[in-house]
Amino acid sequence: MSALADAVDAARAAQASARVDLLLIAGMVEPHSRVLDIGCGEGELLRLLAESRNVDARGMELSQRGVNDCVAKGLSVIQGDADMDLADYPDDSFDYVILSQTIQATRHPRVVLEHMLRIGRRAIVSFPNFGHWKIRAQLGFRGRMPVTSNLSFAWYDTPNIHFCTIRDFVSLTQDLSIEIERAVALDTTGARVRVNAPWWFWNLFGEQAVFLLKRGK
Amino acid sequence: MAQPSTIRVGAMRDSSVNVVDLTYIPARTYIAYALFGISNVWSIQHMGAAAIDPRGGMAEADNPHSLVVRFPQTEPLITDAGLEIAPLTVAYQTYGALNSAKSNAVLICHALTGDQHVANAHPLTGKPGWWETMVGPGRPIDTNRYFVICSNVIGGCMGSTGPASLNPATGKPYGLELPVITIRDMVCAQARLVDHLGIDQLFCVAGGSMGGMQVLQWAASYPQRVFCAMPIAAAARHSSQNIAFHEVGRQAIMADPFWRGGRYFETAERPSKGLAVARMAAHITYLSDEALHRKFGRRLQDRAAPAFSFDAEFQIESYLRHQGSSFVERFDANSYLYVTRAMDYFDLADDYGGSLALAFKGSKTRFCLVSFTSDWLFPTANSRAIVHALNAGGASVSFVEIETDKGHDAFLLDVPELLSTSKGFLDSAARARGLPAAGAQP
Repeated sequence: MSALADAVDAARAAQASARVDLLLIAGMVEPHSRVLDIGCGEGELLRLLAESRNVDARGMELSQRGVNDCVAKGLSVIQGDADMDLADYPDDSFDYVILSQTIQATRHPRVVLEHMLRIGRRAIVSFPNFGHWKIRAQLGFRGRMPVTSNLSFAWYDTPNIHFCTIRDFVSLTQDLSIEIERAVALDTTGARVRVNAPWWFWNLFGEQAVFLLKRGK
Repeated sequence: MAQPSTIRVGAMRDSSVNVVDLTYIPARTYIAYALFGISNVWSIQHMGAAAIDPRGGMAEADNPHSLVVRFPQTEPLITDAGLEIAPLTVAYQTYGALNSAKSNAVLICHALTGDQHVANAHPLTGKPGWWETMVGPGRPIDTNRYFVICSNVIGGCMGSTGPASLNPATGKPYGLELPVITIRDMVCAQARLVDHLGIDQLFCVAGGSMGGMQVLQWAASYPQRVFCAMPIAAAARHSSQNIAFHEVGRQAIMADPFWRGGRYFETAERPSKGLAVARMAAHITYLSDEALHRKFGRRLQDRAAPAFSFDAEFQIESYLRHQGSSFVERFDANSYLYVTRAMDYFDLADDYGGSLALAFKGSKTRFCLVSFTSDWLFPTANSRAIVHALNAGGASVSFVEIETDKGHDAFLLDVPELLSTSKGFLDSAARARGLPAAGAQP
């Protein structure tokens, strides 16, 4: 993990203002590789990858504004929908396919994940952990759908339709025979949850998680 | 080998004004046309027998107000149909300056009824260039930074070899004796021009609609010669529906008794009614239902109540008639047949065993595609199919669908998202190509 930590530090130095999860993802990507970022927003991660990892970075984004911003910055981004358009990509066309904080907003997360590991040799997925203690507390003690600073939508207008916990996600990877190469959970301060902690601990104290996945044998 | 000659001929000719038989419309009609920014407030009230300038849309065919390169008889263009066009003439305009490395050239490909006058006043109509929102100093295709070339397609009527050009074998215009041409033939002729200008690689090839088809053909035929490509509101093949629309237009022209099997130039009349109807029908396909409703609704033209006649009672009728009548001033009916036919034949995948991805396999060209939500002539699905093929071929591609109600014509209009996307894409490609910013010292 020290090489990863070094890479994260290097990336952090390169882009001090970037989100911690994006820095973590950037640290998982080998330099000079081919990367597809699904749901690339305004291209923050693509830029970070291009600048700090020197990769051939491509993006897909649903919103016209996001795509416009990206193309105006000189990034290669196409307007598309993870649920609809991944099927059109050929096998093995990327080294990494990244889905950052988006899987919970897809219609068919399982299908999307399968496509990611068909298109790319590896997949990187980050998502908010619905098993975090704050969320459990809101639902368990207050009996209300959780609204946190990280997940600020009310139940009736949220784009997030498929929440999962870290354990749910691990279980899905097992169902799909996906190999977890690395996994990192971040607490509310953005610090990493203790590396050698058991899954239940991560699931309780990780506010978000980042998984580096590859096809199982 | 004989050298092609470049001559500027337009200045030597007097610019004759084309007179069309039109009836003046009362002043309140200004309001309708002001909505479109149209300064010319004439409209056909009676589309009767053409009392049109004898040359009509053929006026620029042989002596255009443009630069011209003539390739001699010994260097024929072999068309896709297997026939020869010789001598081959290509009329073109340029803007800006070619740098010493010849690395800053941008080729603009025009659409069906466009021409090479992309950023200067049109020699026949006096109207501004057709893409001045996109091309000019400080515009996305910045003429302070790039050397911009735009040539009239072969088959056209603005100076490149077309049916209105003189056939040296007969001393008369070709008419239908010109071989039927394809988009690839047009691109071959452009490549000849680019060779003639001494340019190995174009920095960018850009165009909308049929221009976008040419951009795709360029990228497929000459991948090494295109650094970046912008096909806008384009398709890799012409749809059955679009072929159908074109056929309606061609039949309108051929049904005009003055068409005379394409040999109207032997008489004083022109098939102007047919060509105007073709243009009116086509013009509807360039707009959207929403835009037509927003601009015209069911409003009446110059009257408070229906007159129960077949005059142009609705504003939309008056507008379409205006489009038809102004078009015949500047376009040749036979050219309309040839150029629509070229679009009909376009099916890029068909040239690559049915796989569009193979057309772009291994391409190093950077692509940026743009489509428009309300474009039902070249809908977004067409652009997506190209994007998928480019992705499958491993090419670098950006794609944006712009939300607008302006229909297919949006690519010609002042759509801020189109301009910002184009500028961002070109600026970043120019950095990658090592082109200095406009005004910077190289």
